[in-house]
Amino acid sequence: MALVQRTARPSDNLAGYFAGGEASRLALSDGSRVGVIGGGPAGTFFTHFLLRLAAAVDLDVAVDIYEPRNFAYQGPAGCNHCGGIVSESLVQLLATEGINLPPSIVRRGIESYVLHMDIGNVRIETPLHEKRIAAVFRGNGPRVSEPIGASGSFDGYLLELAASSGAKVVRKLVNEISWDGGRPQVTSSDGATATYDLLAVAAGVNSQALQLFGEVAPQYHSPKTLKTFICEFKLSPEALDRHIGPSMHVFLLDIPRLEFAALIPKGEFLTLCLLGHDVDNALIDTFLSAPEVKACFPDGAVPSPVCHCFPRVNVVAAARPYGDRIVWIGDSGVARLYKDGIGSAYRVAKAAAKTVVHHGVADEDFRRHFWPACKRIDNDNSIAKVIFAVSGLIQKLRFLRRGVLRMTANEQRRQARRRHMSTVLWDLFTGSAPYREVLSRSFHPEFPAMLCWNLIAGNAVRARRNGSEEPSHE
Amino acid sequence: MSNGLGQWYSKGHVVVRQGEYGEHIYAVQEGELEVVKERKGGGEIQVAVLRSGDIFGEMAILQKEVRSATVRTLTEARLLTIDKKTFMSRVHEDPSLAFNIVRMMAQRIRSLNAKLGERRARVERRRVERRADRQRRQGPRRSGQ
Repeated sequence: MALVQRTARPSDNLAGYFAGGEASRLALSDGSRVGVIGGGPAGTFFTHFLLRLAAAVDLDVAVDIYEPRNFAYQGPAGCNHCGGIVSESLVQLLATEGINLPPSIVRRGIESYVLHMDIGNVRIETPLHEKRIAAVFRGNGPRVSEPIGASGSFDGYLLELAASSGAKVVRKLVNEISWDGGRPQVTSSDGATATYDLLAVAAGVNSQALQLFGEVAPQYHSPKTLKTFICEFKLSPEALDRHIGPSMHVFLLDIPRLEFAALIPKGEFLTLCLLGHDVDNALIDTFLSAPEVKACFPDGAVPSPVCHCFPRVNVVAAARPYGDRIVWIGDSGVARLYKDGIGSAYRVAKAAAKTVVHHGVADEDFRRHFWPACKRIDNDNSIAKVIFAVSGLIQKLRFLRRGVLRMTANEQRRQARRRHMSTVLWDLFTGSAPYREVLSRSFHPEFPAMLCWNLIAGNAVRARRNGSEEPSHE
Repeated sequence: MSNGLGQWYSKGHVVVRQGEYGEHIYAVQEGELEVVKERKGGGEIQVAVLRSGDIFGEMAILQKEVRSATVRTLTEARLLTIDKKTFMSRVHEDPSLAFNIVRMMAQRIRSLNAKLGERRARVERRRVERRADRQRRQGPRRSGQ
C-alpha cells in the first residue's frame, strides 16, 4: 500500500519531539496516488507545486486531475465564470516561480486604471508605466469570439502546465466520493472508480461537485457565497482603444446594493464584472444606464452583451476544509473577498502542496501547516469588510468623493513621491496587496492630513464654482 | 497593441548598470540580453546571455549591494519588473518562493565555473603552444652554433 500509516516508535518519539510532537502521521511515499477534483487554477497550481516539491525530495507520486471541461471551447462549455484578472502581485510571484504568462493568454496587459465617480474621473498609472496586470479569459472567450485554440485560455494554459509536470488529466465528471479502506475513492461519470492516498478538492463554488461531500466529510461546511454578474460586450478594436485603452475602469457610484463594478478590456471584448447585494436585472439596468458607464462606450450607447452569467463567489470561508487524506483548496475552501481569487487560489494551493510533501496528509498536518495560510486570508477578509464599509461610505457621501478625487488627481498630476491615496485605491481595486497592507498605508501620518486638506479644498472649490463639478483628470 | 505583460526595451538598451543601486528584479519575457562585466582597465567581458524565462537583478536585492554587472539588450526585449518590496515581503511569507531563484543562481554559478574552466584550459593551451613555438624557434639556432 502506497500510503504509509506510521505508528509511534521510540525513534518517532524523538523525531516527534523535534518536529513539534508529531508521534504518528499519514504521509505520501513513492507510488502514492493523488486525486485532484477540478482543473482550474487551484487544482493546477496545487498539482504543479506538489509535483515540483515532490521531485525536489525524490518522492515519486502520481496525480490525476478530474476536469470534464475543455478550455479550448468558446462560450460556457469552456468557461470558468470569472472576471479574469491576474493581479500585479500574482503576475510578479508567478514570474519569480518561473511561470511567465504568454501573450496568447494575456488578452490585454493593463497598465493603469480609471476610477469613475459622478463628480469626475481620474487615471491611476502603474509604477514605471508597465503592463503589470493580465486580463485573461478563463476559457477561450465568449461564443462569438475568434477561435485561437487551447492556447488562449488561462485555465487551459495552467492545466497544460500541470500535465507537463507529469499529471494525468482525466476528462470525466466526478459522480461520487466514498471511502475505501480509509482512503478516498472517486467514482466518475462512466462508473469507473479510483482510490487515492490523498484527495484535493479544487471544485469551484459554482460546481455541483461540492455537494458530494455531505456524508463523506461531515466536518466540512461549504463556503457562503454571493451572486455576481459578469457579461461580455463586443466592441471594435478602434473603439476599445479609444474609449477603454489598456486600462481597467472601476466605478464608485452611489447606486443602492452596488458594491463594486469594473470594465476590463480583453482582446475584442469588454468584460463587465459587477458585485453587489442581491444582484438582479434591476441593479444591472440601473448601473448600465448611469452616465459614467455610458460614457465608456462609443456614442454613449451600451451594446447588448454577447454572453452573460451570474456566478457565485466565496464570501465566507468554508468550515474545516481539511481532514485525513482530504483537503479543499481554492474557492471551495478560503478565497480573498471580492478580489484576486486566482491569487488566493495560488497561495492556498501552494500551502497545501508544501504541507503534503513536507509534513503529511493527516488532519493534524493540515491543521498545523495548511490552515494558517487559509486563516491569514480569512483574517485579511475581516479587514477587507472594514475597508469596503469605508468605500461604501465614500460611494454614498459626495463631499468625501470630492476629497478622494482631488487628492488622487493631485498625486497623479504632480508625480508626487508619496502617492498615498493612489496606492491605497490601486491595491484596493486591483487586489495587488493584502487588505492589511492597504489599511496600514492609510495609517501613514501624511494620509489623514492630506485627505483632510483635500476634503476642505475640494469642497471649498466646489462651493466657489457654485455647483460645477470637477473636470476629468484622465 | 501588444498583449504581453511588462515593457519593451529597444536593442542596445542598458537595463541595469554595474555599480548602481537597484530596486527591481527583472524577468525576461521575450528577447535576449547580455550580462557584461566591466574591466578595471576599460573594456568589458560577456559573462552570460539571458533568454525568456531567465531572471536577473536579484543579487543586488538580496545582498543590498550595487549591481555586480551590466545587463544590456541584444535584441528588442520585453521585461517584467518585480518590485523589491513585493518580492521580499512575499519571500518572508513563503521562503520557498526563492527556490526558483536559488536554482537559477546555482545554474549560473555552474555555467560560470564551466566557462572559467574553459578559459583556464584555453590559457594553459596557449601557454604550452607558445612554449613549444619558442622551443621550435630556438632549436635550429642551437644546432647551428
